[in-house]
Amino acid sequence: MMNDPTLPKKDAAERGDADSPLVEVGNVRKSYDAVHALGGVDFHLNPGEVVGLVGHNGAGKSTLMNVLAGTIERSSGSFRVGGREIGAWSAASAQQAGLRCIFQELSLCANLTSAENTRIVHRSLRGLGWRRRARQVIGPVLDEIFPGHGIDLDRKVADLPIGERQMVEIARAFTQTSIKLRAVILDEPTSALGHEATEQLLTHIRRAAGRGIACILITHRLNEILAVCDRTVVMVDGKVVAERATAGLSRAALVELMGSIERPRDRSVGKASSVQAPVIRHAGRDTADLTIEVGKGEIIGFAGLDGHGQRERLRAMFYAARRQREALPGAYVAGDRGSEGVFSLWSIADNLTIRSLDALTRGGMISGAAARKLAETWSERLKVKAPSIDTPIMSLSGGNQQKVLFARALASDAEVIFLDDPMRGVDVGTKQEVYRLIRAEAENGRSFVWYTTELEELTNCERIYVFREGRAATRLEGDAIETGRILQASFGGEHV
Amino acid sequence: MSDAAARVPARSSSNARPALLNALQVGLPAIALLVMLAIIFSIRPAAMSYFGFHLLFKLSVPLVFAALAQMMVIMLGDIDLSNGAFVGLITCVTALYLGDAPAIAALCYIVLIAAYAGFGLLIHARQLPSIIVTLGMSFIWLGIAVILLPAPGGSAPAWLAAFMSWQPPLMPLSIWLAALAALAGHLVISRSSYGVVLRGAGGNPRAVERAGWSVIGIRVAVYAVAGLLACLAGLTLTGLTTSGDANVAPAYTLLGVGAVILGGGAFTGGVVSPVGTVIGALTLSLAGSLLSFLQVPPTWQIGAQGVILFLVLAGRVLLSERTR
Repeated sequence: MMNDPTLPKKDAAERGDADSPLVEVGNVRKSYDAVHALGGVDFHLNPGEVVGLVGHNGAGKSTLMNVLAGTIERSSGSFRVGGREIGAWSAASAQQAGLRCIFQELSLCANLTSAENTRIVHRSLRGLGWRRRARQVIGPVLDEIFPGHGIDLDRKVADLPIGERQMVEIARAFTQTSIKLRAVILDEPTSALGHEATEQLLTHIRRAAGRGIACILITHRLNEILAVCDRTVVMVDGKVVAERATAGLSRAALVELMGSIERPRDRSVGKASSVQAPVIRHAGRDTADLTIEVGKGEIIGFAGLDGHGQRERLRAMFYAARRQREALPGAYVAGDRGSEGVFSLWSIADNLTIRSLDALTRGGMISGAAARKLAETWSERLKVKAPSIDTPIMSLSGGNQQKVLFARALASDAEVIFLDDPMRGVDVGTKQEVYRLIRAEAENGRSFVWYTTELEELTNCERIYVFREGRAATRLEGDAIETGRILQASFGGEHV
Repeated sequence: MSDAAARVPARSSSNARPALLNALQVGLPAIALLVMLAIIFSIRPAAMSYFGFHLLFKLSVPLVFAALAQMMVIMLGDIDLSNGAFVGLITCVTALYLGDAPAIAALCYIVLIAAYAGFGLLIHARQLPSIIVTLGMSFIWLGIAVILLPAPGGSAPAWLAAFMSWQPPLMPLSIWLAALAALAGHLVISRSSYGVVLRGAGGNPRAVERAGWSVIGIRVAVYAVAGLLACLAGLTLTGLTTSGDANVAPAYTLLGVGAVILGGGAFTGGVVSPVGTVIGALTLSLAGSLLSFLQVPPTWQIGAQGVILFLVLAGRVLLSERTR
């Protein structure tokens, strides 16, 4: 039962034409309800080739890799392995074809040792003495890629520092037993590695390519792409927008390719907001970390690659604002609806009014009439699509739930509203409505601090701070806010 | 697992101290067991004999199997609240059918184990919390058992009762069975290459799935094995009590959980020790005898048993904090 007998002994790639690409997908699409993660992607990987894949967060890189690794099923599109058309593709068949994937989040079992984790991916490591053989499989590979790593293979992965875990995971992907290793997909493999280990890995990728093992490298560190890749593929919004030989390509050219889609600018810039003193000044951690200033009626954007400290700064500002007595009332709109936003068992009205209970209290009790009036007014203003305000919030679509969360903040007495990437996974129509509302509220004197991973949203801002490696590194204002400059600032400076 | 992943452990300067603490942590239930035995022997030196051991550990055999059944489920990060009721049902089936109509009894066992596996499938396929599903299962088992045998009764087949009172050479039967169960569990779960996959599926099911294993198949198989072990617990219990009783073993559910945790298991899944579980089960079943030897009045015994369990578990938690 645990062995998969349905797969043929000889895998598809072995029987296929030697000249044909290892893996080739055509017009692959993947959608989750209304959201198109992949909108018709053509991609191929030749034997022994190193391909770099770049793009902003949410461009669909990881989805594409998951489709190749068989862990996400494609919605439509053709899939060829070694020139042969493949119907259903699964993680087991990808393993059988010699295709390995290092996923963005660690996919080792932390409760097992490195040797035991090696066993998990190799079915042939069984029977007497499998433990010793597993050590002999992973050990030399680890020694080859990261000489002098000093990792004890019999220690639990949970007891290893994060960098060593990543080394083990990388080495495990390059191990080989009964199935010939053909390709390794590395999704952000260097995020937890030190400088030296990163260099060692890049060297190994070239060495493996020399042995005919193809690699796909996904990374935000563009110099790594330029250093090792034969070909670079650029993705934007679930589509491949460019494909270039890496030779002769420069960083600047790559960044330009990523921001190549022209976006309409529907904003009147240059509002005279600098006249008055800022209502919030939040100092950075050190001199490299910019002080963030928010004026009355301003929309301030936090940009940069996901996870570079924007959310932490946003929360720090929110809590700092709450601690001060004379500070303006603030509200926080969470992006992670499920875990920080909605009360899933409550109705729309209850969810909407929770931030305003103080204002709705009459003589120690909540006034039902006032609460309903507030909920009705704001769900109407935000055009929440629901039969009534007593509808349970979980019966709404994601976009409408998000509108209720917006309404919760806007209906309150908050003067400063903190937005934590709230539009993730929301459809375009809703986004446009909410953008208009934010701008209208800003005209009325409310201030917004808006962290977003979507470049397009930043065009709504008066001023943005681009974060890199935990710090607000660059400040862009007015006409300087454009995709190219933001990308340049997000990617800039690493190992250059 | 998430807290383990988030923590970046500091490298210890010397390896000897953590290793010692680790050994202590593994050995703690064994130490507790030895301490209890020492107290009993100092009160009544005559207990230090083949027959004394036989009497002390006689009732631990079913609990050992029930605890191992619980361990299989906890290994996947689930919990089984139906374990005790299931053991009760098995005693009813055994006392009613095994003597006169062994074929019917065998069929019942197979169907019940298949039902266990089926509930495992349900838990996995619908992503239901195991605590709810197994709680529901426990009522189903109890209901069937009461329908089969409304009042305690029936009789164990003679061969089963004879086997349970058999006195093998060297050690009493209970110790032999516990040792064999611990050895088999250790080889399969802790040492074999498939045991690694099972523990991996408990620790990080996504990773195991991505490596091409069928996690749903693993879950069904593990639940089936848990059903089989609970079956063995019911059989041996019937051999000891020589009758069937729907309400004979409700305490096994939580004593089994206690034994697993005492033996070094964790609710997060993937971290279990068969040897520790067996020793934990022996410790818990001995706690009752110890209190009798200490002449604790019967009305206080259950509470005092709880205190012993609490103390040993607290010791384990303290030690595991030190190892970090």
